[in-house]
Amino acid sequence: MNRQTSLGLVAAAALAAALAGCGKGDEKLDQTGTSPSLPRIDETLVPPMKIAKPAGWNGELPTVPAGFTIVPVATDLKIPRQILVLPNGDILVAEGSGGHAPKLRPKDVIAGYIKSLGKSSVKGGDRITLLRDANGDGKPELRTSFIEDLDAPYGLALVGNDLYVANQGALLRFAYTPGATRIAGKGEEVTKLPAAVNHHWTKSLAASGDGSKLYVGIGSNSNIGERGMSIEEDSAVIWEIDAATGASRIFVTGIRNPTALAFEPSSNVLWAVVNERDELGAELVPDYLTSVREGAFYGWPYSYWGRHPDPRVHPQKPELVRTAVTPDYALGSHVAPLGLSFATEGGLPGYETGAFVGEHGSWNRQTLAGYKVSFIPFANGRPAGKPKDFVTGFIKDGKARGRPVGVTWDPARGALWIADDLSNTVWRVTGPRALAMGSPVAAAASK
Amino acid sequence: MATAPSPRIDPPYRRHAPHPLHAILLAFPVALFSSALLSDITYLNSAEMQWSNFSAWLITGGLIFGAPVLLWSAIALLRRRKLPTRTPALAYFLLILVMWIAGLVNAFEHSQDAWSSVGTAGVTLSALSTLAAIAAAWLLHAAKEPRA
Repeated sequence: MNRQTSLGLVAAAALAAALAGCGKGDEKLDQTGTSPSLPRIDETLVPPMKIAKPAGWNGELPTVPAGFTIVPVATDLKIPRQILVLPNGDILVAEGSGGHAPKLRPKDVIAGYIKSLGKSSVKGGDRITLLRDANGDGKPELRTSFIEDLDAPYGLALVGNDLYVANQGALLRFAYTPGATRIAGKGEEVTKLPAAVNHHWTKSLAASGDGSKLYVGIGSNSNIGERGMSIEEDSAVIWEIDAATGASRIFVTGIRNPTALAFEPSSNVLWAVVNERDELGAELVPDYLTSVREGAFYGWPYSYWGRHPDPRVHPQKPELVRTAVTPDYALGSHVAPLGLSFATEGGLPGYETGAFVGEHGSWNRQTLAGYKVSFIPFANGRPAGKPKDFVTGFIKDGKARGRPVGVTWDPARGALWIADDLSNTVWRVTGPRALAMGSPVAAAASK
Repeated sequence: MATAPSPRIDPPYRRHAPHPLHAILLAFPVALFSSALLSDITYLNSAEMQWSNFSAWLITGGLIFGAPVLLWSAIALLRRRKLPTRTPALAYFLLILVMWIAGLVNAFEHSQDAWSSVGTAGVTLSALSTLAAIAAAWLLHAAKEPRA
């Protein structure tokens, strides 16, 4: 009997050791910049899942650099994701939560439940909310449901008086009248967008400078092709759409989940932040910021960070992998960048030229990563230097009080707008410049 | 003898078979793990994800029905009681244990993505669970008459 008991104990101990896995990651590993360290693949029996449980702000605020001010401009939103600043200063907030991938395996049920523990329980609004704060006191005088009955709206762009909204399944155009506080109607469908199961549903959007072309990021329908490759026919790509006709063509491929697009102001080149694959270890694969080079293949699913083959994809395609381009700039593994906006017109002190990146935060590693807004300095239209923390403090005592998504630079106000889809808040960060301008509210709020 | 010997009659309802519930429960792992082995092999030959998905559910089913069997075999062992069929309780328990633990590890293996969901490890574990389940069922059902 003793022998059997000890056998059972040994088996249980071995199992526990295997299940605990690694996933801690190497804190010292430098995984940001143009040439991140890439450790060996570390596939564990159970992927490490560490979800920061939600907690309230209880009157506290995210941490901003000294002299800067952050205020919650709107709360109780319904999953705010991306923000657009209109020419008259009105703020549009796209609210929603998409995806309708069927659960194919026991894993889909279990992992889906665990990830839901780190999210807001609020149902996505499927709408765009307008905020008007004309006096800039951080307390909008007007808050309206600007457009309703959308389907997981995400990307927003204004070209002249055409407002483009990227639903998870279609690109819509609405006629905007300056000063309007509400648009009725369904809008005009410019084109349908690939939406097979919308595993990655966030359709990011940017318009070219002349407004003739629209770029839409279309995420993959799986982590690494585990739903079969036929469902990935039109996914992990960026489309270029002709605004006049709605005709689309594939601009780049193999770009797993391009969650935000923006034009770099000095070079007028399109850049994207991209969420890379999971379950290869705590330090793989770095999510990235990259210029979007027409015709480029960024590797997914066959390879990562250029030409590092992913052994999980069968059949493999070594000829295709040889053509994969290496992204420009690593942001770190599992940080989940969902927002991108370039500073213009001088930016903020210490954050003059470069890109703000909203990092939603990790689930696939023991040490939490992301959960902040970073700033990537640029020079001559290219990243120049290491990322700087811009807004932090979303994590406290291992619990998440907020998770940043979209970030939008507002040159007229000298402010950065941040959508937070966990505390369902829109934050506004202003620099010391606002204080110098004598805004009484900014001074009061900084106390 | 003038009188015929009265025939010895076994107690009429004495069971030499496993408890029906035990037998029914064990039938599931036998069928589900062996089906998972077949669908694993098909996946490795086709790289068609649906076969790996089938395996994941089949293994999960094998674990769900296998759990009470594992409990049953452990109780029989702890109570030092022979199973009705005189199945050796230790060997039976160990086979069920191997079947179930290999199945549990395999369920996690099958939760990995794409090729890693099966690979060499997955199909090996499926084979191990299948062989252990069949051997255990053989032991359980190979009923012997108890010696007088």
